[in-house]
Amino acid sequence: MGFVSNNLLSLILFSPVVVALLLLFLPQEDHKLLRWVTLLGSLVPLGFSVYLWISFKSGVPGFQFEIQSLWYGAISSSYHLGVDGLSLTMVLLTTLLTPVSVLASFSIKERVKAYMILFLLLETGMLGVFLSLDLLMFFVFWEVGLVPMYFLINQWGSEKGEREIWGGRKIAARTYASFKFMIYTMAGSLGLLLAIQMIGVSFRTFDLARLFTLFPTVTHLSNIPLNLSLEVVKTIAFWAFVLAFAIKVPVWPFHTWLPDAHTEAPTAGSMILAGVLLKLGAYGFLRLVLPLYPQEAHQYAWVLALLAVMGIIFGALAAYGQDDFKRLVAYSSVNHMGFVVLGIAAAAFAVGTQDAVIALNGAVLQMFNHGLSAAAMFFLVGVIYERAHTRNLNDFGGLFPLVPVYGGVLIFTSMASLGLPGLNGFVSEFLVLRGSWPVFTLFTALSIIGLFFTGAYILKGIKKVLHGPTNEHWVGHLSEINGRELVVVGPLMALMLLIGVWPGWILNIINSAMQVLSRI
Amino acid sequence: MHFPILSVIVLTPIIAGMIILLIPSDRKVVVRYVALAAASLALVLSAVVYISYNPAVGGYQFVENYSWMPELGITYYVGVDGMNAPLVLLTGIVMFTGVLISWGIDDRPREFFAFLFILATGVFGVFVTQDLFMLFFFYEIAVFPMYLLISIWGWIKTREYAAMKLTLYLFIGSVISLVGGLALYFGSGLNTFDMIKLAQANFPESFQVFWFPFVFFGFAVLGGIFPFHNWSPDGHVAAPTAVSMFHAGVLMKLGAFAALRVGIMLLPIGALHWRWLILALALVNVVYGAFIAMVQTDFKYVIGFSSVSHMGLVMMGFATLNKNGLTGSGIQMFSHGVMTALFFAVVGMVYDRAHTREINELGGFSRKMPWVAVAFIIGGLVSMGMPGLSGFVAEFPIFMGVWQVQPIVAIIASISIVITASYIIRIIGRVFFGPMKLEFEGHVGDVTVKDKLALTLLCVVMITIGIYPAIMSGLVSSGVDRILSLLGGA
Repeated sequence: MGFVSNNLLSLILFSPVVVALLLLFLPQEDHKLLRWVTLLGSLVPLGFSVYLWISFKSGVPGFQFEIQSLWYGAISSSYHLGVDGLSLTMVLLTTLLTPVSVLASFSIKERVKAYMILFLLLETGMLGVFLSLDLLMFFVFWEVGLVPMYFLINQWGSEKGEREIWGGRKIAARTYASFKFMIYTMAGSLGLLLAIQMIGVSFRTFDLARLFTLFPTVTHLSNIPLNLSLEVVKTIAFWAFVLAFAIKVPVWPFHTWLPDAHTEAPTAGSMILAGVLLKLGAYGFLRLVLPLYPQEAHQYAWVLALLAVMGIIFGALAAYGQDDFKRLVAYSSVNHMGFVVLGIAAAAFAVGTQDAVIALNGAVLQMFNHGLSAAAMFFLVGVIYERAHTRNLNDFGGLFPLVPVYGGVLIFTSMASLGLPGLNGFVSEFLVLRGSWPVFTLFTALSIIGLFFTGAYILKGIKKVLHGPTNEHWVGHLSEINGRELVVVGPLMALMLLIGVWPGWILNIINSAMQVLSRI
Repeated sequence: MHFPILSVIVLTPIIAGMIILLIPSDRKVVVRYVALAAASLALVLSAVVYISYNPAVGGYQFVENYSWMPELGITYYVGVDGMNAPLVLLTGIVMFTGVLISWGIDDRPREFFAFLFILATGVFGVFVTQDLFMLFFFYEIAVFPMYLLISIWGWIKTREYAAMKLTLYLFIGSVISLVGGLALYFGSGLNTFDMIKLAQANFPESFQVFWFPFVFFGFAVLGGIFPFHNWSPDGHVAAPTAVSMFHAGVLMKLGAFAALRVGIMLLPIGALHWRWLILALALVNVVYGAFIAMVQTDFKYVIGFSSVSHMGLVMMGFATLNKNGLTGSGIQMFSHGVMTALFFAVVGMVYDRAHTREINELGGFSRKMPWVAVAFIIGGLVSMGMPGLSGFVAEFPIFMGVWQVQPIVAIIASISIVITASYIIRIIGRVFFGPMKLEFEGHVGDVTVKDKLALTLLCVVMITIGIYPAIMSGLVSSGVDRILSLLGGA
């Protein structure tokens, strides 16, 4: 057991890669074998992270289970992993959603082997971001995750749809969406890359623990171009970080890649994209921006809060305006992630107060909750799409009597997403609003109005699909949600209910890290 | 007296080439197996040199020094340090994979392999020699067979034009650097071509400033520096596959390496004086090369211009004259060599099947040759500097080096990352995915096991360095320390 405890994080991080390598040697045609090996393999990191959760000491501040060894000596970057309450929550979310999504991918029939390998590599990429305590390592994993996602959208995305690009040429919508996703994120990361280089040159280390103490109080940076003052350089670097993460979250108005990518991605791809990938951006804010740039974050918190409110309101309105069920859910992510950013912005402004801690707790819990509910929503959209081959809300109607179990699950999930008290969304959104009200009262009030629109679009989705006169076209053609699909959505629903009724078990873990982050 | 491993590496290809010429021309299979055996031997020996080089000790190892023309001060003097050991290994890898991929050459394979191997000897020679005269000697040996290889086995439409252009460009470059080399020889007054001694000659500053451009830019022509780069895409495109691999993979490094070895290491003060010009030209290479690559419609031209862009990063790293930048350049030379060899191999495989390289006419090749598609994707990710692969490991220190010199250049150069990503993604999408034209259906088959072996070897090398950079960075750093000591710890 000593080996496992000492290398627990490496085991979590690399067990998906090991499974992927194993898949490489399995026969290509045996889809059943490939699926089950992937599923069982993806339960391994879940098992490890549950073990991690149990043995994590929530009362102890700082990072635990640290692993450190030199990786790239020439530029003094090291392989340094560690978890605190924040990363632990995200690791649990990732390792939970991956097997669930793999199970949801059992309906994939084309090139199963390549699909499953990419999926597992994606998991390692995401976990790496959450576990890294070295700035360069963080960036490595940040970029690595893009590649599998690109191919998942590009190759296994929906086959219908065309987009006209400049010159009047038409290309497949999934090609357009995956290209936009890739280039948008890579271009957004350029500033991050350059800022990381500047930090590396100035401090000769990428170790986050040291940078957290050195960087905020820095008085001299080497080689400042154009005789800019230190403040200006730090502000530019701050915005470079913010831009990279804001695109990933996505913060309005950098969200336009998201509806395209979500709509075109295969079901499980959307689940992971909404469930985990968006959290990488928010995680970047919490892990890097707040500790590295406390002054700048305080100074520009209102901009972030403003954008967050815009995201909440416009995200909800845009979602309401959609006729495509999947696009509706995609815009709901813009809406829900807005609350995460609002919480972060409030905490950045009111750093050191109890309000900040509450807002941060809310933001992190909202990340976890949105991971659960968005994954479940995308899955449910996928379930009905596989049967009906359409996602147009106007083609449905009155399906409740035809598929009562599916209807029940959809309503339950929608309610969690809407923020019904007793389910998870309520707890986190309430914490965010409670934390940010004393800080940004006007913005918070506006976002509560946004919450009203949230209710509107979610009810629209339910009404268009389940209620109203039954569309006779579907009678006898629509089969009920099956056992495998219930197994996919079951654990997510259980957690939604559990957090809604008793959030203490997870807030306890999150809170310890948030205390450190807001320096109480 | 230890085993003269470097001499064996240098002489293996040329001796094998002579043996191949003695084989009757109709026994093509024998020719190929002899070529493969020689290439394997060179690969194994260069790997042995790479692995057994001790970076903790540093300096030149495996040294052999024989007097050749004592009255002129010319010696046969070879040795490897941290800077050229990876390049020797690179040459071994490219030679081995080049032979595997040229297995199908049916038009006079005897002469083809013989010329290719003469070229390989020249390349090995330049990398390991420590004598300026021998360096020029091997340099010309490496350039000359290129003309024949392109004009005889090249792409029929442009081969004569490209071969002529390439050879003239490179001869002019080497003549200019030869003038500079002779100036060094006479200027030092030491009556020696030994570069290790010449490095201690303490040339006066005005001498260095005047002669540095001759030496550096003369060689840098072969490294593809702007504005002397435009022989290279034409040459790449016209050359047959294995020659393109050699050409972009190794020959361009020959130019860059010689510019470093003779220019920067012998005339460090001159290098400090001219670094801004090099930096500016290299920046043009990086950004302009990437943009030009993006607008090409010919698959092979895209790769050709991407080499221009990536070699710009090597030059940029040289111009930083600091530890990070030079270390990055050393790794980038290796990484780009492997990557571009892979690219040209893939282009060749696609062209052999489609008989066109127009990107718009290709499509859907991943279904017919998935192995090739995966290999190209890995190479493409290396090209766009994706972390976890060798390109990132090389480019990141270069950028850090540039930050220490002039941050604006680093910021402008970073644009190329996104441009590179967009043209690589475009090629992957258009050539390997998407619908396949009807005329190709049924005619296009998968590649041979030998092709797969070659591609796999190249991919494994790139991934290994990307995941575990210490395998190369320690070695290169030790070589860089030597260069920095010549620069007076600058």
